[in-house]
Amino acid sequence: MDTMNISQEILQAFSTGEVAVAPITIFAIIIGAIFVNNVVLSQFLGICPFLGVSSKVNTAMGMGAAVTFVMALSAVVTWCLQEFILAPFGIEYMQTIVFILVIAALVQMVEIVLRKVSPALYRALGIFLPLITTNCAVLGVAILMVQKEFSLVTGVIYSAATALGFALALVLFAGIRERLEMEDTPEGMRGVPIALVTAGLLAMAFMGFANVVPLP
Amino acid sequence: MSKLQLITKGILKENPTFVLILGMCPTLGVTSSAVNGMGMGVATMAVLIMSNIVISLIKNLIPDKVRIPAFIVVIASFVTIIEMLMKAYVPALYASLGVFIPLIVVNCIILGRAEAFASKNGVVDSALDGVGIGLGFTLSLTVIGMVREALGAGSIFGYNFAGDVMPLLFILAPGGFIVLGYLMVLFNKIAKR
Repeated sequence: MDTMNISQEILQAFSTGEVAVAPITIFAIIIGAIFVNNVVLSQFLGICPFLGVSSKVNTAMGMGAAVTFVMALSAVVTWCLQEFILAPFGIEYMQTIVFILVIAALVQMVEIVLRKVSPALYRALGIFLPLITTNCAVLGVAILMVQKEFSLVTGVIYSAATALGFALALVLFAGIRERLEMEDTPEGMRGVPIALVTAGLLAMAFMGFANVVPLP
Repeated sequence: MSKLQLITKGILKENPTFVLILGMCPTLGVTSSAVNGMGMGVATMAVLIMSNIVISLIKNLIPDKVRIPAFIVVIASFVTIIEMLMKAYVPALYASLGVFIPLIVVNCIILGRAEAFASKNGVVDSALDGVGIGLGFTLSLTVIGMVREALGAGSIFGYNFAGDVMPLLFILAPGGFIVLGYLMVLFNKIAKR
């Protein structure tokens, strides 16, 4: 209880800009974003790739890696845009349009750069990259980061941790689904319905993490 | 396809939630009560109809290569308008839908209809397609919201009938997945007949 209060105070002080980033805050943000407020299983962002790409562990890992990369990068870019362009000129209402265009452009750019610089990584991530533009977790996290008034450093940590949570959920779920395919599922439940019920059970398991750390 | 079919197909045959399985994030994220589900459905329907109309009007002006970014800009503009309107007129609903309102932009249903229908058909047909698919989405979200609210809070549209003995789980995240899974089975069973 005591530690919770202390880190809550630190968090508050931090969001008003009075204290530099304390290690415990970073720890709380990371654990909070990966386990307590898991992006897929508790915030319902990025469900489409979660249901679509997660039938094999290997592809799930590829998707997870690609999302982590893009999410951390887009966090930097959208934070700078918000801080240096949208907020000073008082045009925050343009946020949705600007963010989605920037993310779409960013994904394209990452694809082009990767193809030239690291063909191996491009082959590994390549097919997942175009899918990320429509992954609502990327835009969602960029917007949430602004709403929670994170600084650049905590924002990037928050985004990367959220993306890791996404990857974790995806890989866990893919493992379960690989096994599920061997099982004799009732006809009407095959495919998406049983996947949804399984995800529900997984989400229930993740609820056990509630209140482990104070949420940012 | 007749005009009436354009409107009704979204409800059963091409239901975006239960048959096409698109737009899952708002479907699960906001349906903790019937009112929230309905509000999200109506907001999405408004964006869908407007973007379908505009895209079918400008479809010949957009070069093929940049059509997706162009569609996204049109959709994002309407989402911003809806966001501002909701903030001004229904602040309570705006607060409870939260981040899912700006996220209408990345709802695959809207971009999907722009690409698959509005960019190939006339204005009237595209508007009716928007109404049909939008209605299907709104109905699905309202039903999911009603079931979750009834099971989790013992109320329907805020009218309480069971006190507070119901398991809260159904309003929380796991309940969303489980209710949607079973409703999908039920829908497929009914639609198959």
